[in-house]
Amino acid sequence: MSTIACPECAVEIMLEEGTETGEIIVCSDCGVDLEVTALDPAAVQLAPMEQEDWGE
Amino acid sequence: MQQRLKFGVLYSRVRVEEKWIFNALEKRGIDFDRLDDRTIHFDLENPAPWKQYDAVIERSLSYNSGLYALRILNAFGVQTVNTAAVAEACGDKLTTSTLLAKAGLPQPRNVVAFSPESALEALEELGYPAVVKPVVGSWGRLLAKVNDRDAAEAIFEHKATLGSTQHQIFYVQEYIEKPGRDIRAIVIGDRVLTAMYRKSEHWITNTARGGEGELCPISPEIESLCLNAAQAMGGGVLAVDLIEHSERGFLVNEINHTMEFHTMQPLSGVDVAGEIVEYAMSLVKEPA
Repeated sequence: MSTIACPECAVEIMLEEGTETGEIIVCSDCGVDLEVTALDPAAVQLAPMEQEDWGE
Repeated sequence: MQQRLKFGVLYSRVRVEEKWIFNALEKRGIDFDRLDDRTIHFDLENPAPWKQYDAVIERSLSYNSGLYALRILNAFGVQTVNTAAVAEACGDKLTTSTLLAKAGLPQPRNVVAFSPESALEALEELGYPAVVKPVVGSWGRLLAKVNDRDAAEAIFEHKATLGSTQHQIFYVQEYIEKPGRDIRAIVIGDRVLTAMYRKSEHWITNTARGGEGELCPISPEIESLCLNAAQAMGGGVLAVDLIEHSERGFLVNEINHTMEFHTMQPLSGVDVAGEIVEYAMSLVKEPA
C-alpha cells in the first residue's frame, strides 16, 4: 500500500488495496476530492470540479 | 477458433460502477482498454484505432463528450452501449419527453418556450407549483420548484441573464406530489432486471441527493411501462425513473443512459455490471 500527501492539506493518505488510476478518493483530513493519477509511484491531484453536463 | 473479443470502456472517472464493469470483463476473459475521455482523441479520417473494438461501453460523466464520442464511433461502424441516438434521446430531457409523448406513454405534463415571457405564459396555463428543469443535466442539479408567479419571473430572468444558450430553452414540468419516493428500474434489452424505490423527504428523490434505496417489486404494470419507455428511446442499457401519481398511476419521469447502480447492485443482488457486459457481447454476436 502506498501513501501520498494531500495536495490541499499535506496530510498523509494511505491508498487502499485495489485502488485504480482514475478513481476519486476523499482526503480523510480536509475532505477534498482527489483523483488518483498514478499508482507506482502513487500520485494524486485535486479532482476536477463537477461540470454542468455531468451526470447519468 | 473464435477470436478473443476486444472492448473499450470510455469513462471520466473510475467509480465503483466502472470497477465492477472492469471486473465483469476480466471474469469473461474479454480483452479491454480503459479509455479516459480526457486523454483520447479521434481522427475522423482514420477509424482504424477504433475499429479494433468489437464494442465500446460508454460511461462518460460528461453528456457532451460521451454523445460526440458515440456519434463518431457509430459512424465508424463500432458497436456501442448505448448508441448515440439513445444517448441523445435520454441525455436531453426535452427530447425524452417528446419521444414519450409520441409513444403515448404516461408522463408529467410538459410545456416548452423560448423566451422568459412566453415561458411565463405557458407556466401560468400549466399551473403552480411546477418544476423548471434544464434540458441537459442530472443528479437533480438546477431543478427549481416554482410555487408562484413571483418565483417564476425571478427564475426565468436569472436563466435568461445568467444561463448559457441551452438555458434559453425553457422546459417546465408539472409538479407531481410524490409519496416520498420514486422508482428506478434497470432495463437491459427486453428485460427489466430490477427496481428500487428511492426515498427522500425532499421533493428531489435522487440518490445522488441523499435519497435512500429500497427494493421495489416489479409488477406487470411497472414492467410493461418500463419496457415501452426504454423502447421509445431506442432500447439498450437504461434506467427508467417512474413517479407514482395518486390518480393517474405510474408516470415516466426520466430515463438515463449511463446510469449509476452503486445502490441498486448491492441492494438487489443483481449483477448489473455483468448484465451490461453480456448485453454488449450480444451486440457483437448479433450486430444490430
